[in-house]
Amino acid sequence: MQRIGVFVCWCGSNIAGTVDVQAVSEALKTEPGVVFFTNYQYMCSQAGQDIIIDAVKEHNLTGIVVCSCSPRMHEATFRKTAAAAGLNPYMVEIANIREQCSWVHKDMASGTEKAIILGKAAIAKVNLNAPLTPGESPVTKRALVIGGGIAGIQTALDIADAGFPVDIVETKPTIGGKMAQLDKTFPTLDCAACILTPKMVDVAQNDKIRIFSYSEVQEIKGFVGNFDVTIKKKARFVKEEICTGCGACVEKCPMKKIPNEFNLGMDNRRAIYIPFAQAVPKVATIDPSACNMLKNGKCGVCSKVCTAGAIDYTQKDEFINEKYGAIVVATGFNPISMDKFDEYAYNQSKDVITSLEFERLTNAAGPTQGKLLRPSDLEHPHTIVFVQCVGSRCAACAEKGKEYCSKICCMYTAKHAMLVRDKYPDTEVYVFYIDVRTPGKNFDEFYRRAVEEYGVKYIKGMVGKVTPEGNKLKVRASDLIAGKQLNIDADLVVLAVAIEPDKSARPLATMLTASMDTNDFFTEAHPKLRPVESPTAGVFLSGACQGPKDIPETVSQASAAASKVIGLLVKDKLKGNPCIASANELMCNGCSTCANVCPYGAITYIDKEFPMFDRTMQTRRVAQVNPAVCQGCGACTVACMSGAMDLRGFASSQIIAEVDAICR
Amino acid sequence: MHNDSRKIADEIILRSGVNPRRCMKCGKCSGTCPAYEEMEYHPHEFVYMVESGEVEPLLNSKSLYMCLSCFACVDRCPRGVEPAKLVEAVRNAYLRQQDNKHMNADDVPAKLDDDLPQQAIVSAFRKYRK
Amino acid sequence: MQVNEYKPLIVAFCCNWCSYAGADLAGNNRLNYPADVKIIRVPCSCRVNPMFILRAFQRGADGVIICGCHPGDCHYTSGNYYTRRRMALLFSMLDFLGIERERTRLEWVSAAEGAKFAATMNDFAETVAALGENKRLEDLRCKK
Repeated sequence: MQRIGVFVCWCGSNIAGTVDVQAVSEALKTEPGVVFFTNYQYMCSQAGQDIIIDAVKEHNLTGIVVCSCSPRMHEATFRKTAAAAGLNPYMVEIANIREQCSWVHKDMASGTEKAIILGKAAIAKVNLNAPLTPGESPVTKRALVIGGGIAGIQTALDIADAGFPVDIVETKPTIGGKMAQLDKTFPTLDCAACILTPKMVDVAQNDKIRIFSYSEVQEIKGFVGNFDVTIKKKARFVKEEICTGCGACVEKCPMKKIPNEFNLGMDNRRAIYIPFAQAVPKVATIDPSACNMLKNGKCGVCSKVCTAGAIDYTQKDEFINEKYGAIVVATGFNPISMDKFDEYAYNQSKDVITSLEFERLTNAAGPTQGKLLRPSDLEHPHTIVFVQCVGSRCAACAEKGKEYCSKICCMYTAKHAMLVRDKYPDTEVYVFYIDVRTPGKNFDEFYRRAVEEYGVKYIKGMVGKVTPEGNKLKVRASDLIAGKQLNIDADLVVLAVAIEPDKSARPLATMLTASMDTNDFFTEAHPKLRPVESPTAGVFLSGACQGPKDIPETVSQASAAASKVIGLLVKDKLKGNPCIASANELMCNGCSTCANVCPYGAITYIDKEFPMFDRTMQTRRVAQVNPAVCQGCGACTVACMSGAMDLRGFASSQIIAEVDAICR
Repeated sequence: MHNDSRKIADEIILRSGVNPRRCMKCGKCSGTCPAYEEMEYHPHEFVYMVESGEVEPLLNSKSLYMCLSCFACVDRCPRGVEPAKLVEAVRNAYLRQQDNKHMNADDVPAKLDDDLPQQAIVSAFRKYRK
Repeated sequence: MQVNEYKPLIVAFCCNWCSYAGADLAGNNRLNYPADVKIIRVPCSCRVNPMFILRAFQRGADGVIICGCHPGDCHYTSGNYYTRRRMALLFSMLDFLGIERERTRLEWVSAAEGAKFAATMNDFAETVAALGENKRLEDLRCKK
């Protein structure tokens, strides 16, 4: 039996004006467990708190009920008071007789009656309270960033700036991501490489940052503060620490016809390659599917020309094990496949290209050295048609397009159109749009400049069909404002293709037990107030893996994620919320229902041996709640069919006791 | 009159199974329509006019019979609106409107002659006045 | 004095993050609602086990209302979606048992909606008062 003290607060006249506090404390004294009762003007004042402390000591109290204002106001205060009196802080319950009683009820009789009932409910709950101690877990002071695009780079730099070691894992041979492929950036038109490559160099030179390029995350175990990650470093057949990136091997490699991924297959690279001149790390990589030496042992030119002796044909995939305190997901995006969009003739004509391909075509380091030439015949195009919303805002069928707006297309299409008109004023440029969406600083002004200063022809309507005919592309489209159907003979058609999360995101989310939406974008812990955290503790989101984003937005989210990571890593120990779920292993039947409803992936299953009546041991699968991950929502407690799952601090028995006390 | 029109529009929507509210007015249907030049009202206008209940002009338009039912608009609509099905439903609505215009049975005997097959006489009762 | 005046007994489950704060806001703004409403704080509306509601009816409650964050705004991401599904099932079962549908209610009240909280409680208390005492599920053994 608990020894409970009841403390009724007047709150000046706030409570005492509508509730007869004397009557309340008198009425509560006969409740089971109550050994002490009093009332005082301001319970939260130092004098009030001293009354509580003295009473605890004098009457040997084990539980405290304070009838006062909302627990959202002073629960923390009274918990501290209890701790000061040597009591477990979770042995305190508050009956909210101000906000939810005296302030909303006018007449004394009903107010007092309700206050008594609320007090009884709190007493009934305290009777079943148990001391709780928040779990503590150590924090590994190292962060992992998955993805080395601008999001990952910015996050890593910011975390390293705060003095914490960071590892970046990137699947490609170099970091840089999509931004490295871009030519100019809207709305300021500064060149992407000029602002990105210095950051890439910063990453390379920062002694707090390790780059695992050409690597993948293989396995993730553990939880916030204590992730245990296996990274697979794919064999690049070049010793990274020895290679100087001189490029002699690349020059001499006889396998010249491998489509160059960096230029989206619009030109060729060798079997041994460095993706681009400013690659970080600037190290050659051998493509095992193209290299003759690796396929049939005949060649070996690169190892002969390499003066550093960096080539190693026997290299194997390497597995690295490392512990991390926090993980940042920055897996980014890709344009969707155009296979389902036959009407745009993307697979039939080389002159129908995506916007990302257009970026490479206009980039000085691209396949045409920055001259805008048609991929098919390297002629200068005179009529260019841009089509927006290709696959975006497409609700017709899921495998075709994406239902969401890809957000960045309106702006980069305006940029492309403007740049074409600027460099080649003899070019006719049409942009077919459904809506032009330009919410952003200086965005609409930018789009209007494309129309007003550069004379880009914006047409409200959609392209229905593109038919290659000779060296022209027949574009049939509607002009909704003129009420006409247009037939344009175009030289080049550029598709603003929808973007989708990288394919690696889904398996990664499974490894992290982080939740995703139906489009495979990671979901944030709260859509408005916690936009860079995943609901899974210790997992943070950076960049387009969370939703379509342009560069400024990505960078700000990346820095925000970094600040959240720093906030986690500066802690030596993580103190959890002790009001978490726990499973009664004797009742648990291992059905997995609780794990399925848990939004945090806090529940795992272990096989455990239990003694049976006949003195044998039986192995059963039982649920285990990870106290560092559980946030205490209680979804599992209701889902549990055997009643094994319960929530500390809000146990079923406690809530039922409250119900009973109210209904008595 | 307006209420009537709305009723017909609702029936068209019901019969076609098309939800014109899904339309985001991109005009891809009209951009893709091979019979565009022949039509007075174009696929996107069909969707718009049925949605707003302005079906009267559609019912009396020759555009109804210019639609090839090639279903290019159905295939390419990004929102899955299916304009061709709507055109078909408007055509259907026009035909059903003829219900109260059957030939008067009393007029039929005057049109008979001896060579007329029995089947033709029966079907004459189903024919419309014009 | 109030002799034999019927007072309904209403149990309200409020989630800690939205509705309980909404109830506090109603208090801060001094918005009146009947004293018949007794609030029980739960971390999330998904903590409300259907058993609690049945228990309340068994013990003589005349109405039970569950308040949570608006869909999409749950502090725990998805808790209120679970609640919505569970309560849809429970309410139709209660309906089947002969408990009037109006005796149970699920409402979304955000921390900013003090006025909505008060209005909801006023409306609910009125509805329940009009229905009269809950006799269908009440366990007379629980009566003192």
